[in-house]
Amino acid sequence: MDSDEGNAQRVPLSQRPDWSDVTPLPQDDGPNPVVPIAYKEEFIETMDYFRAVYQADERSPRALWLTAEAIHLNAGNYTVWHFRRLILGALDGDLHDELGFIENIAKSNSKNYQIWHHRRWVAEKLGTDATSKELEFTKKILTVDAKNYHAWSHRQWVLQALGGWDDELDYCWQLLEEDVFNNSAWNQRYFVITMSPLLGGLEAMRESEVSYSVEAIVSHPENESSWRYLRGLYKGDIESWVNDSRVSSACLKVLRAAKNNCIFALSTLLDLLCHGLQPSQELRDVVDGLNTSGTNQPDPDLGKTVCSILECVDLMRANYWRWRKSKLPAQAI
Amino acid sequence: MDSSASSTPTVTERDQWMVEHQVFQMYDFFVGLPPKAQSAMLELQRENHMKYLIKGLKRLEPSFSVLDANRPWLCYWILHAITLLGECVEPELEDNVVEFLSRCQDPNGGYGGGPGQMPHLATTYAAVNALITVGGERSLSSINRENVYMFLRRMKDPSGPFRMHDAGEIDVRACYTAISVASVLNILDNELVQNVGDYILSCQTYEGGIAGEPGAEAHGGYTFCGFATMILINEVNRLDLAGLLDWVAFRQGRECGFQGRTNKLVDSCYSFWQGGVFALLQRFHSILDEQLALPHSGEGDCTNDSQKTGLNASCPVNLNSIGYNFIKQPAETASLFNSLALQQYILLCAQDIAGGMRDKPGKGRDYYHTCYSLSGLSGCQYSSAKDEDSPPLPSEVMGPYSNLLERIHPIFNVVLEKYYEAHEFFAMS
Repeated sequence: MDSDEGNAQRVPLSQRPDWSDVTPLPQDDGPNPVVPIAYKEEFIETMDYFRAVYQADERSPRALWLTAEAIHLNAGNYTVWHFRRLILGALDGDLHDELGFIENIAKSNSKNYQIWHHRRWVAEKLGTDATSKELEFTKKILTVDAKNYHAWSHRQWVLQALGGWDDELDYCWQLLEEDVFNNSAWNQRYFVITMSPLLGGLEAMRESEVSYSVEAIVSHPENESSWRYLRGLYKGDIESWVNDSRVSSACLKVLRAAKNNCIFALSTLLDLLCHGLQPSQELRDVVDGLNTSGTNQPDPDLGKTVCSILECVDLMRANYWRWRKSKLPAQAI
Repeated sequence: MDSSASSTPTVTERDQWMVEHQVFQMYDFFVGLPPKAQSAMLELQRENHMKYLIKGLKRLEPSFSVLDANRPWLCYWILHAITLLGECVEPELEDNVVEFLSRCQDPNGGYGGGPGQMPHLATTYAAVNALITVGGERSLSSINRENVYMFLRRMKDPSGPFRMHDAGEIDVRACYTAISVASVLNILDNELVQNVGDYILSCQTYEGGIAGEPGAEAHGGYTFCGFATMILINEVNRLDLAGLLDWVAFRQGRECGFQGRTNKLVDSCYSFWQGGVFALLQRFHSILDEQLALPHSGEGDCTNDSQKTGLNASCPVNLNSIGYNFIKQPAETASLFNSLALQQYILLCAQDIAGGMRDKPGKGRDYYHTCYSLSGLSGCQYSSAKDEDSPPLPSEVMGPYSNLLERIHPIFNVVLEKYYEAHEFFAMS
């Protein structure tokens, strides 16, 4: 039983003696199917034999081999993957080999749900033996595509189920050094600081994380990720967010530089004001300086001014800013 | 420290600039054209789209083998797109659809990706929506509701969410497909709904959007699925809606279309997944207002009731009426995203002149993007319409008024007319 690479050399299953006892089962598409696919011969034959062993519930080595063939033809066939797991269970198959098999398929199918679900199933069975392999594997995938959603989900599952947290914060740091705009890395960072048993949890990590994100903000104020991360550090404790002077001073710093990237600074300032920030005179001044909407008198309601500016400089969200303005807290600040 | 352009661009920056370059090239070209030529460019290529769609329904090339476990999806993407265009399919072809999907139906309930395949929540959702889109007694009665219910019960995980198939993966998509199907078939009950809200809530991230699993990144597809599900189970007030709105509002970029995640690339399918969230939000302004009014509102699990909407967490509610009541309720007419800009992206960047729609310029067309671009386009056109009886104003429709599509039900994403027919049919069964 060989894995055929070249179609030209492939011996049809119907001509193989070790399959002679199996009657292939054709697909029951009916006489007038819709969305009919013009399958190639190899596909039809492989799936006809698969249907036969699946129906017969034959959990044998040759059935295992057949599932691999079917998967190579269509890695999205979840029924085939499911049956493969049943066979592996019945045969008590070598799961380390299975990891290799999955890695091979993943090369050309890294965004396929079935592959990742299968990987999770194997890793769960292997337990902590698989920890470093799984972290290595996801790292490999992420080297090619640092935002692969499935890879990140799998990595998070591995950490929670099998451990291996030691280097994770450092890994996030590395990825952000390479690309500070990688929102997946920021999300992972949040995951680590809140969930890692090696760290103290969100509140304990807050201090250093605020410094880290403010530094990122100041060096790239146009990076939405760092602003949202900063806000996220205060999840469940908005009052502390409003009272942390580093937040409003980051806004001030960015607005003072007055380059073309003040949208997030203004948006953050707006949120702070809505949650009760008493703005300093410096903040008022810098905002009024940005307000080119023609009014001579600075509006006592700084929130209103900020909304007006945003309506002009962030045109795509003009409707949103208009709505925000209409929902400002009643009190003039 | 400054944001200097002299440092090497990161992968994100480079990818973004490349797409912006292509997109702005198209917009610059468009802007330079005389008015008549501009009108022509903004036209929805109805004839060519129909050709592409009908062709797919009748035959698919060998390369589609990778979608061999997704054939009900192909049915839904194609039929829904055709229906959005206001067209229909010959009765014989409709019968063939019903016949084919019956063969995908598992004797123990649910639909698989093709005849003989295990039932799967996504293909069940697609099959049910496709059959509702075909409409008519034969189509609707072909669904074995009792068995679908049993299938949904089997897919429910004891902790609350659903698995996509027997021993399959759990995520927010599974919750949406299960609850959506149950709701539209009038088989939703407390057993199915239990603890789903807890799971989805745990998937709302620090960014405000919703992830596929707890801890993962906020993502457009899952945000739509999570939000729509919370509506159907009457637990919207538990979400941080203000945070969700803020996140999704920022997903519309300079290219005018929507991105799926922060700092990622625009993609026409998010015209529906992200753009569609605004249509859902339009009926929850009272909850939004409540969440904004309190000093520390919007944080964590808010259990404020919303008396005005009638979707009230503390009153016993008929779960199966939520979908219907939702659409019958008047909506806030102020849409909070840039509808005309999104329409511009769809018409100028996502359309393939030869028929079909694509993710972005440079990518190939496919049925998935055709379905969701058109769904998103419909959402835009109707985003300011107060109720069903008031058609959109010409100023709300980009391009010629003939671009107007059929209205959708924003929770289920089937054409509204078809939804009503199904609702009536299943209410009686």
